[in-house]
Amino acid sequence: MSNLFNWNPDRSKYPLMKEDGSLDVDLSSQKFTKLWVGPNHPGVTGNMAVEITVSGDEIVHAKTHVGYLHRGFEKLIERRLFIQGFPTCIRMCVAEPDYNEYLLSKSIEDLSGIEIPEMAEWLRTLVLEMARLQSLLRTVPGQGGTFSLGLGVQWGMYLRDLILDRFEELTGGRIYHMYILPGGVRGLLPDGFKERLEENLQLIDEFIIKIKKLMFDNAVFKKRAIGVGVIKKEWVDQFGIVGPNARSVGISRDIRKDYSYLKYQELDFEPPTATDGDIFARSTVRYRELIQTVDLIRQIMAKMPEKGDIKSPTPNVLHWKIPKGETYTRSESSRGEYGMYYVTDGSDKPRRINLRGPSYNHAMTLLEHMLVNANISDVHAIMVSLQTCPPEIER
Amino acid sequence: MKNLIERLHIKYSLTDIVNQRDNFVYLTIRKENAIDLVTYLKDYEGFSHFVLLSCVDWIEDGKFQLSYFLNQPNKKFDIAIRTMIDRENAEMQSSHHLWKHIETYQRELREMYGINFPKNPRIEENFILEGWDEIPPMRREFDTKRYSEKTFFPREGRKTYDPATYMKDKLYPNAPITAKVNKKDE
Repeated sequence: MSNLFNWNPDRSKYPLMKEDGSLDVDLSSQKFTKLWVGPNHPGVTGNMAVEITVSGDEIVHAKTHVGYLHRGFEKLIERRLFIQGFPTCIRMCVAEPDYNEYLLSKSIEDLSGIEIPEMAEWLRTLVLEMARLQSLLRTVPGQGGTFSLGLGVQWGMYLRDLILDRFEELTGGRIYHMYILPGGVRGLLPDGFKERLEENLQLIDEFIIKIKKLMFDNAVFKKRAIGVGVIKKEWVDQFGIVGPNARSVGISRDIRKDYSYLKYQELDFEPPTATDGDIFARSTVRYRELIQTVDLIRQIMAKMPEKGDIKSPTPNVLHWKIPKGETYTRSESSRGEYGMYYVTDGSDKPRRINLRGPSYNHAMTLLEHMLVNANISDVHAIMVSLQTCPPEIER
Repeated sequence: MKNLIERLHIKYSLTDIVNQRDNFVYLTIRKENAIDLVTYLKDYEGFSHFVLLSCVDWIEDGKFQLSYFLNQPNKKFDIAIRTMIDRENAEMQSSHHLWKHIETYQRELREMYGINFPKNPRIEENFILEGWDEIPPMRREFDTKRYSEKTFFPREGRKTYDPATYMKDKLYPNAPITAKVNKKDE
C-alpha cells in the first residue's frame, strides 16, 4: 500500500557531497536556505527547535536544539529528601506525569525492600492506564492536526478533559497527581467512580468510531501519511527506538509484556504492531492502543477488589535514610520505555537520579536522521508521529 | 545467563558482580576493558538495545562512575556495565560507533560533568547550555543556590520576612508585646 502513495522523488544527488562524504552546503550559493522550526511554532511538539537547511522544499540537513526548558530537575532532586523529590520529579514529563511518580516510588521501594499491597498495585495499574488514555486522546487526533484536521483534536481534548476530571476526583489534581507514593497510593476510589469512568469510556468508544472515519478513511490523511517519515526495521536498535515507533515496523516490544510489572500479567492484551513504519503505520498502532487502553481499564475495574490495604508502612519521611545501592526501573509509557536510574549513598538524599525518556533518542538522533530528504511540509507530521516530548530530554 | 557471566568474568577480569534481579546484573570492570566488553556483548551475545549511559559523581573518592545499560531483547536480560574514571581530566573512550544515540549521551555528559569522549565527532557541540562559563553543573561541587544568588540578583519589591514575626504581626497585630504572667507562676 505504501508504494501507491510514495511520491517522494529521488533526491539522492542533492546536495552535492564533498569527497569525504560530508555535505557541501554553501549558503552564499543561493541554493540553500537555513530555517528554524520552533521553538515558537504551533506545530512543534513543545519547547524545542529544529534547525533545518533546505534546498528548495527539500531538507538536506537537520539539527535538534533543546535547552529552552532546562530546569535542572535531576540536580535539584539530589539536594532534597526522598519525599521532597516527588513534586520536582513529576514535572519532568507533563504529558504523563504518573510514570514519573511510579518509577520514583518503585526505585525507593526497590532500594528499601518495601513491598506494596495488592490493592495498591491495582490502583497504580489503573492510574497508569488512565494516564496512557489521556495522552493517546491528545496524540491520536493530534497527528491529524498536523495535516489540518483540527476537528479530531477538539473531540480528543474534550474527552481528555473528562479523564482529567476523573483524575481530579481521585487525586485532587488534574495534571500532576502525586497519587503514587512510596509504599502504595494515597487513597481508594471515591464512591461511584467506576460508573462515572465507564460513562466517559462509552463516549470514547463513540470517538474511536468517529476518528477512524475522520482520519484513517480519509484520502487526504492517507496521501500525507502513507510512505512519509519511514522508519526502517534495522534502525530500531541502531537508534534505540522503543514503544509504538518500534512496534510500527513489526517489532513487538512492550515493557508491560516483556518485563511484566504491577498487575499486567493478569490482564489479557497483545501489543498492536504494524509493518510499514511510516506515519500512517505509527498512527494506526497508536489508534489500536487507544482501543486497547479502554479495554484494559475495563478489565482492571472488573478484576480489582473493592477494598484493601493501600499503603505499606514506611519510615518517617523526614528522617528516611536508604542504604547505599542503585537500581534501574522501567515502565511502558505511551511513548515507549520510560526508565529511571536511581543511586543512593546511605544518606537521606539520593546521590543520582537519571530519567531515561523515549524522546531522548526519538527527538534527537532519530529525528535529525529522518528529516534529511524529507519535504519541509512534513517536518511537524514526522515530529508528532514520533511523539516527542522535550521535557524528558532536558531534565 | 549464569554461564555468560562466568565467561565474561574469566575473559574480562570483572572486579564486581551484583545481581539486582533475576534478569538484571551489574558488572564492574576496569576502564580500559569497558568498551571492549560493551562491543563484545553487542556483537556476540545479542545485547542489541542500548538503554542508557549515565554518570554518578563520587566526589569523595575523586571518581566518576560511568554506567552503560544494555538490553538483550530476545532473552529479556539486562546488563549494566560500571566503570570508574578519574574526576581530574575526566576522559573515556568513545563508543559512538556502536549505537547512533550514544553520541547524544556523550554530548550531555561532556556538558554536565565535563567528561571528554575523544573521537566523538559532535562532542564539542552544545547540548543544552549555551555560553556556560562555570564548572559543569551536574558535578557535586557546583552549588546551585550560590550560582543563582550570584547570577540572579533579588528583584525589586521582593522582601523577605522572618515567618514567625510576620505571621504574629499579621494575625495578632494588637497582641501585647510580652505575655501576661500568672501570679502563681511567679
